[in-house]
Amino acid sequence: MLHIEDLHVKVGEKEVLHDINLHINEGETHVLLGPNGSGKTTLLMTIMGFSNYTITDGKILFKGEDVTRMHAHERAKRGIGMLFQRPPTISGLKLGKLLTAISRKKNEDIRALAQSVHMDTFLERDINKGFSGGEIKRSEVLQLMIQNPDFIMLDEPESGVDLENISLMGAAIGSLLEKDKHVINREKSGLVITHTGYILDYLETDRGHVMCDGQIKCHGNPREILKDIKQHGYKECLECRHE
Amino acid sequence: MPSRVAQPELSKADQERLAQSGIDLTMENRCGSYLQMDQDIVHAECAQEGIEVLSYKKAMEKYDWLKDYAWKVVSPEKDDVTKYVAAQKEPKGYVIIAHKGSSNILPIQACLYLGRGQIQHVHNIIIAEEGAELHIISGCTSGAHVGKGGAHYGISEFYVKNDAKISFTMIHNWTEDIEVYPRSASLIGENGVFLSNYVCMQPVKKVQMYPTATLAGENSVARFSSIVIASATSYMDLGSRAILEGKGASAELITRAITKGGTIISRGHIQGKTAGTRGHLECKGLILKDGMIYAIPEIEGNVVGTELSHEAAVGKLARDEIEYLMSRGLDEDEATATIIRGFLDVKITGLPEALQKQIDAIIDVAEKSGF
Repeated sequence: MLHIEDLHVKVGEKEVLHDINLHINEGETHVLLGPNGSGKTTLLMTIMGFSNYTITDGKILFKGEDVTRMHAHERAKRGIGMLFQRPPTISGLKLGKLLTAISRKKNEDIRALAQSVHMDTFLERDINKGFSGGEIKRSEVLQLMIQNPDFIMLDEPESGVDLENISLMGAAIGSLLEKDKHVINREKSGLVITHTGYILDYLETDRGHVMCDGQIKCHGNPREILKDIKQHGYKECLECRHE
Repeated sequence: MPSRVAQPELSKADQERLAQSGIDLTMENRCGSYLQMDQDIVHAECAQEGIEVLSYKKAMEKYDWLKDYAWKVVSPEKDDVTKYVAAQKEPKGYVIIAHKGSSNILPIQACLYLGRGQIQHVHNIIIAEEGAELHIISGCTSGAHVGKGGAHYGISEFYVKNDAKISFTMIHNWTEDIEVYPRSASLIGENGVFLSNYVCMQPVKKVQMYPTATLAGENSVARFSSIVIASATSYMDLGSRAILEGKGASAELITRAITKGGTIISRGHIQGKTAGTRGHLECKGLILKDGMIYAIPEIEGNVVGTELSHEAAVGKLARDEIEYLMSRGLDEDEATATIIRGFLDVKITGLPEALQKQIDAIIDVAEKSGF
């Protein structure tokens, strides 16, 4: 599904990602762990195609196609989607109006989808204006439900979400990633950034990576990596080499 | 349903321009109509009981008392524009009277059409008697090819009596050679409500206006909303003023201004002369191409107990907002138009749904052409 080769990325004049290699197969969900400022969000924004992130070397292949130089909307149209940790507030733009704009199905029942993530009363509200942390995440999930990407990147889906809503988020994300299907029939893939790991209690994942100083330094079983990090902190975790 | 407006001799393109300024020649969603082409009054009627739509001349002949309403809130000596209109031997324009207790759900439309490169002058008087509710949409437009020398001088005097309400939605759809000088003022009685909305999405050479509302009655309300786009050659000097005299009177002045290279001066003045009055002024501007948005918000409090505030912001389209929408699959132009459409989305409290929809539709047309 996603294949990243020797990727180097600059923000402004500074290189922030160095020699990233990552391979995510169809049906797999990977976890990206790492301390604050290690470059996790930068990687996601680069894969999505945000213009602030300049790829200086390497390439990104999606479903076998080179998307390295494509604009964000071209990547989105090919099936890449993202749940933002801190999406912008857009004054005057109603959530319902955006959902209609991104919907590609005729007569899609947007209200019913919104109800399923308890966002039906937000359709006439300006996007993210005065939304709580949990409401922002539910709005993001709702947009992804309508966008229905094949590869979903989730940047801290549990941050700002209370415990009661984490299970709702987990279930909605699980459904987006076809976790209800048998692994053989699963076509959707994902990449999740998490600090706390709470979301992993609700979302089955296949493989973990640890990022530090703009490099992926460690791979392995996500639960084991998380356990090590919880016990020893990132410093020691990075000194060890899984696999 | 009132009769269909006698089809004026207009090309299909110009009929389309009428529609884009909010004029419905079929009259399906209108209860009355006034149509003036250059200086000829083509149509004036209203099917709604209790509401009259008359030409200025006929109205003056019919009601002697109307002279007490002419040139009372707008001074004929105010400036060259008012002097020009006051000097006309044959005054044109309309008088709309909503008699005591009457109300219209479907709006009355007033269409002022400029077909030649000359000065069109109108003098309008709009009165809502006690307890009446009156909704008007005024579409001001011209032939697509009206060139230099085309100008519109429009005097409008509004009288909102006690417990009455007037909403006046003006849509401008001129060309880049036309100059427009509306001069209007309103007097609002106890519990009276005056809503004044202005939408201009199309090029114009120059518009200059500064409507003033005097909120004389207790608990009277005025809301001015302006939604404008200045194209590269447009010069728009716009503003509104609210004078809060009656106890508990309140006013709100809202502007959304976009420049694509032209000039917008957005003035606003609220004066709180009495305790217990409230006023808020808000101007948001978006610069798409180098030009000018000059916001001049003024609030003037004269007594203890008046509460006035203003906020003004001028900025550009945010790149992160555009790319956020692009990450959802919209291309750059679609994302930009979607954000601009949101910026212009002003919901006007107290405006009938049909008129809100009309305003939305005018902006939607501009959105379709990418603003």
